[in-house]
Amino acid sequence: MASEKKKLRVATTSLAGCFGCHMSLLDIDERLLELLKLVEFDRSPLTDIKHCGPCDLGIIEGGLCNAENVHVLREFRKSCKVLVAMGACAVNGGLPAQRNHLDIRDCLQTVYMTGTGIRRGFIPNDPELPLPLDRVHPLHDVVKIDYFLPGCPPPADAIWHFLNDLLAGRTPTLGHGLIHYD
Amino acid sequence: MSRDLSAILARHQHDPLRLVQILRDVVEEHGFISPGTITTLAERLSLPRGRVEGVAGFYAFFPTENAGRYRVLFSDNITDRMAGSVELRQRMLEAFQVRDGEVSRDGLVSIGTTSCTGLCDQGPAMLVNGRAIPRLTRARIGSISAMIHGQAPLDTWPANLFDIHTHIERKDLLLSTPLAAGAAIDAAIARGPDATVAQVKASNLRGRGGAGFTTGVKWEMCRAAPGEAHYVVCNADEGEPGTFKDRVLLSDYADLVFEGMTVAAFAVGAKRGFLYLRAEYPFLLAPLEATLAERRKAGLLGKSIRGVADFDFDIEIHVGAGAYVCGEESALIESLEGKRGIPRNRPPYPVTSGYLQQPTVVNNVETLAKAAFVVMHGADWLRVRGTGRSAGTKVLSVSGDVARPGIYELPFGATVREVLDLCGATDVQAVQVGGPSGMLLSRSEQHRRIMFEDVPSAGAFMVFDDSRDILQVLENFASFFAHESCGFCTPCRVGTALQRRMLSALAKGYGTRRDLKDLARVAKVMKASSHCGLGATAGNAALDALEKFKPAFEKRLGTLEVMPTFDLDRSLAPAREVTGRDDDEAHLSHEEEE
Repeated sequence: MASEKKKLRVATTSLAGCFGCHMSLLDIDERLLELLKLVEFDRSPLTDIKHCGPCDLGIIEGGLCNAENVHVLREFRKSCKVLVAMGACAVNGGLPAQRNHLDIRDCLQTVYMTGTGIRRGFIPNDPELPLPLDRVHPLHDVVKIDYFLPGCPPPADAIWHFLNDLLAGRTPTLGHGLIHYD
Repeated sequence: MSRDLSAILARHQHDPLRLVQILRDVVEEHGFISPGTITTLAERLSLPRGRVEGVAGFYAFFPTENAGRYRVLFSDNITDRMAGSVELRQRMLEAFQVRDGEVSRDGLVSIGTTSCTGLCDQGPAMLVNGRAIPRLTRARIGSISAMIHGQAPLDTWPANLFDIHTHIERKDLLLSTPLAAGAAIDAAIARGPDATVAQVKASNLRGRGGAGFTTGVKWEMCRAAPGEAHYVVCNADEGEPGTFKDRVLLSDYADLVFEGMTVAAFAVGAKRGFLYLRAEYPFLLAPLEATLAERRKAGLLGKSIRGVADFDFDIEIHVGAGAYVCGEESALIESLEGKRGIPRNRPPYPVTSGYLQQPTVVNNVETLAKAAFVVMHGADWLRVRGTGRSAGTKVLSVSGDVARPGIYELPFGATVREVLDLCGATDVQAVQVGGPSGMLLSRSEQHRRIMFEDVPSAGAFMVFDDSRDILQVLENFASFFAHESCGFCTPCRVGTALQRRMLSALAKGYGTRRDLKDLARVAKVMKASSHCGLGATAGNAALDALEKFKPAFEKRLGTLEVMPTFDLDRSLAPAREVTGRDDDEAHLSHEEEE
């Protein structure tokens, strides 16, 4: 009776990330089954649902490198009560932000026009393609982020600990061993 | 190339301790330090290549890529900006069709910015290939641009361009007492080293570099510390933006400073001394060397000074290479040893383990000058001025919105109001005392006193009138700290960058209430957990401003709890430009569309 508690609805996505954080989530291994007793997935690479419905929790990997990332992030913010930035890229911009000291115009020109072996190149301009932002930004530069889960990627144990705290109503804290400073 | 290197290396006796000086010479002769040069230097000095590369990469004035035949660096202190440096730089960038910080296509020139060059009383200022040019105007920029276009060698530029003026507006104890060279040394010899130390202690002279440690105690500890050799270092790495009093002391009172160093050497038993001169003051080098030569000739430096058998002492000038953090005494010592200027763990302090791990006294320029007079005239000479815990006077560098910028020597305990009246400041909105790492005072705090008990100061006194935007001031300070953080410890390296980003967003109107909280939090983390004083003080101005100028922030806040910290649509503009797109998907709205 009381055990028939409503499952928490969770959405996840990877923006300008490498899916490494999602792989780390899968690394909680058999604890996934335990997790699935408590949550059900909405939009996520695990379900292939394309758009987010109303959710309790959104977990986002990766920062913002293009216009589509911004749209997806806003969809998540609108749909999720609590939003978590997972991993170094979501928290700080991470590896993709290494391009921030370069001019995006030069990047596109080098990649599509002047790079080695390119003949008659041009910069793709199909409206279907999202345009890159001039700089890569962390998520909290655009929407409110409720919790940050650092790490590159955060270890599976850290993700597990973090979700358990969150699901139990405790403010998530990653103690010694689960968080690394440098 | 390698023959030139041989000459440079020979000049420095192939001494790895002189690596910073060697690299200075390389830049002077070649314009920059190439990877090949790094390899050769490492081999010839028997140092790991990474060590040489690390040092070359650390200092702002060591370009490791071609920086153009003329490297132009505009001083970027807030006082330079207030005097119009941004517009002048823009003109010059346009004249040479070059982007900020980049080299022109023909390799002729690069134009960028550098931290305060200590010419705040005659700004805006710039450095061209390391040489300082003050009082920039459109006309000056025009003729400088023309000479660069014409590729005129720097030595043929009109000499008056490089004239540095001295503005001493008020003299007190220190600046008005005459010195007969050697008199303080004679007084010390007559009294003996122990009594000399005791006298400095009795005067309650405290360090004028900002920290305020009692000089006599420092000397006593150094004298008592066992070691193979003792050293005296004069810290003339005057990097705190808005500070230029040491520049004036070294240009007009050099004898006095060297006298103070020699007395200190006698007191602690040192045979060698260093004057660590900041790179921004190259115009002081030749006159200082000349003063040293005169003093050697007069028997005030060298062997058996004044006929005292084992009183041997001489002074070398070591020139920095553009690193604020080297003003921290242990970082300064690292730099003296030819290393990156990263502050050491303390303790042990330099008095027991300084230069080459030997007992070392590091004193500020002004402290040494005062010590000379204390030894000469007795402890009471200093104590006739000042307050109980702040004996004597303080030399202030006044700049910003004042009628008479320059040097003001005032007794400790002088109020901010007195200084403002003296220098002719009206409609004062704020005063930054002690530079960006010091205290930001509001209009209502003019009764506060310059002294260790209330508002301590390393010497800077920058005035901002009602027309100035405090957020721009803070943004300038934040950029300074982010640029000057040595990167060694995370709280400072990351904290200063975060602070710069948040203040920049706030100043542009992209801030939220949450940012104000985060700004304070970052400042507190830096204060509590940084490795040295740079990080510990980097958030001071922001914390003061959040308390005293809160409406300046609030009127810039957006109405949303959270909003983008940058212009989303504009950030797509470069990609729109190269793809030629302008469809709906090529734009982003600033606020979330419903």
